[in-house]
Amino acid sequence: MKILVAVKRVVDYAVKVRVKPDRTGVETANVKMSMNPFCEIAVEEALRLREAGAAAEVVAATIGPAQSADTLRTALAMGADRAVHVLHDADPARPLLPLAVAKILRAVALEEKPGLVILGKQVILDKEKQKATVEREVDGGIETICLDLPAVITTDLRLNQPRYATLPNIMKAKSKVIKKITPQELNVDIRSDLEVVEVNEPPKRKAGVILSSVDELLDKLKNEARVL
Amino acid sequence: MPYQFRIAAARRCVLTTPLNSQRGRNYATRSSSSPASLPASRRSPQVETMSRRAAERLLRRLGPLAVEPPARVQKRTFSTTATHIQRNPAYSVLNSDDVSYFKSILGDSGVVQDEDRVAVANVDWMGKYRGASQLLLLPKSTTEVSKILSYCNSRRLAVVPQGGNTGLVGGSVPVYDEVIVSLVGMDKIISFDNVNGILTCEAGCVLENLSTFVENEGFIMPLDLGAKGSCHIGGNISTNAGGLRFIRYGSLHGNVLGLEVVLANGTVLDMLSTLRKDNTGYDLKHLFIARRNLGEILSAFEFMDHHCIDLAMKHLEGVQNPLPASPYKFYVLIETTGSDESYDKAKLEAFLLRSMEDGLVADGVIAQDISQASNFWRIREGISEASVKVGAVYKYDLSIPVEKLYDIVEEMRIRVEVLGYGHLGDGNLHLNILSSKYDESVLAQIEPFVYEWTSAQRGSISAEHGLGLMKAEKIHYSKSPEAVSLSMVS
Repeated sequence: MKILVAVKRVVDYAVKVRVKPDRTGVETANVKMSMNPFCEIAVEEALRLREAGAAAEVVAATIGPAQSADTLRTALAMGADRAVHVLHDADPARPLLPLAVAKILRAVALEEKPGLVILGKQVILDKEKQKATVEREVDGGIETICLDLPAVITTDLRLNQPRYATLPNIMKAKSKVIKKITPQELNVDIRSDLEVVEVNEPPKRKAGVILSSVDELLDKLKNEARVL
Repeated sequence: MPYQFRIAAARRCVLTTPLNSQRGRNYATRSSSSPASLPASRRSPQVETMSRRAAERLLRRLGPLAVEPPARVQKRTFSTTATHIQRNPAYSVLNSDDVSYFKSILGDSGVVQDEDRVAVANVDWMGKYRGASQLLLLPKSTTEVSKILSYCNSRRLAVVPQGGNTGLVGGSVPVYDEVIVSLVGMDKIISFDNVNGILTCEAGCVLENLSTFVENEGFIMPLDLGAKGSCHIGGNISTNAGGLRFIRYGSLHGNVLGLEVVLANGTVLDMLSTLRKDNTGYDLKHLFIARRNLGEILSAFEFMDHHCIDLAMKHLEGVQNPLPASPYKFYVLIETTGSDESYDKAKLEAFLLRSMEDGLVADGVIAQDISQASNFWRIREGISEASVKVGAVYKYDLSIPVEKLYDIVEEMRIRVEVLGYGHLGDGNLHLNILSSKYDESVLAQIEPFVYEWTSAQRGSISAEHGLGLMKAEKIHYSKSPEAVSLSMVS
């Protein structure tokens, strides 16, 4: 079985994301970019399945500009067998919005015909054949679901601890194949029915106050927070 | 009177072109201001290239740094004109007995009375300051310098030390009839450590000769200035000369690792922590190559032994061993910081892969994002925290020649449980001895052995932690009595 893992190059998880001054998006120039942590977990999970004998090949795929190849190299250095890079340069006329991403991934999946697709965060389901057992966290416990394959699953932050890219694997990754392909070649037309009006930072949280008595607390809860 | 130096030579970088163009500009400036009456030997382009701006900078620098020998030797004050200084009548006048004594220690060739030769040394290269000395001494060793000064001190003879005589403020020539002690004869390069980039040489070495020498070894002097063809490294250091590479390598004093100095009374002050090369022990120096290959982007270079890793894994929460499959004896953490991430990354990877092919590195991981990087740092920074959980920790912070950095850990391990980690880039070892509780008998296993061993390697017993209460009485292990008494006075 083949596992397809979608990975994404994003602003590093440890970097504070800033909105551009003109509010058209977030600042990505001169900002450290890395693989999305959810995608790392997805790659790790795919590798573990392969190491356990449940899969034969792990293919990493991404959509983005030339620099996104770095993210694929990271996946390859972790141990993925090969990679698919759907080239798309940032273009205000053809923004890469969720629907377009879904269409491209569908096209890649149709071409690669994987038994399992593991994604970082977004959920998509597809046709069925074999079976897979998946656990998912629900309110109040864990739900175990039996899925028919092929299937698409997403990962949770607590699923695993991704491995580090070791030097020998980084060396090996350099010779692994990254197939380059365009959305046009996949017959996907990137156009958008959505328009980004403005991007804003979430409202800043107000500083807390230290109270001196229980009475004061009760007063605040009643008259300011109005929860009592 | 400094006479031996060690200079941290930085690796040659690709930025030499801007320096050359800078030099070109200086040529233009001096052609209008250089006096035509310069003695031929002083008319080398290098001397003349000192721009007015550089000269002013030197002047400013020299002001507060004017050499002030202890009061028994003639005290000199620098100012724009030297004429208003009165000769101190307390100083003796040179007589023929003095000259014969100098001949007895320096031989005939080291004592110059020839008027023409002394005249050249009496005047600075601009022809602005002129003294009336009758004697020029040319010592060839520290011992000779020491003997001269000791004698002059007891005879109350005034002395002026002289190097390349390229100074612009009249600091290198006599005001009256001082004996000129020129270090021109002390121009030997004593050793060059091409692993650590450490040059040890005598004070009379001409800067340009040193530059040529280290450039052949693939290094660059951290100092370059217009007068390089004549100026001596001794004068450069005593005046903390700035020069053209200041912006890249910082103050010259920051690049001087040690000095051997002769005081005005003849005392030789040995502050030259020699780091002789030695092929015994661990080949940690190979890892030192990182510094040369990564050069300007290397920002941290830490090492730890496997005991540290084991301890961190056992006692720290949430850490993951980056290399679980490879139990090796030493681990190194390298961090780079640069302005162009993809360039830095390519450089680091190329270095690591080459090191691996060369067998210097057995295995390794590269952080792919910031959280992975902070996980690596958590291990290194958490060693101290983890070691406290064992019970008692005796901490030593030693500065040791890098080739011998780990020898003491091995020696201590025979007696007690010990961790070795530290800053490889600075030769700074953190030696932590673990014990279930603080105990006199454990301490007796450690001290004074650690201090004595470090002292024997000419290391320092306090690299960065300071002396404090723990080591206040132990300073003599690192500093000679002369150096200690000098710092107590100042």
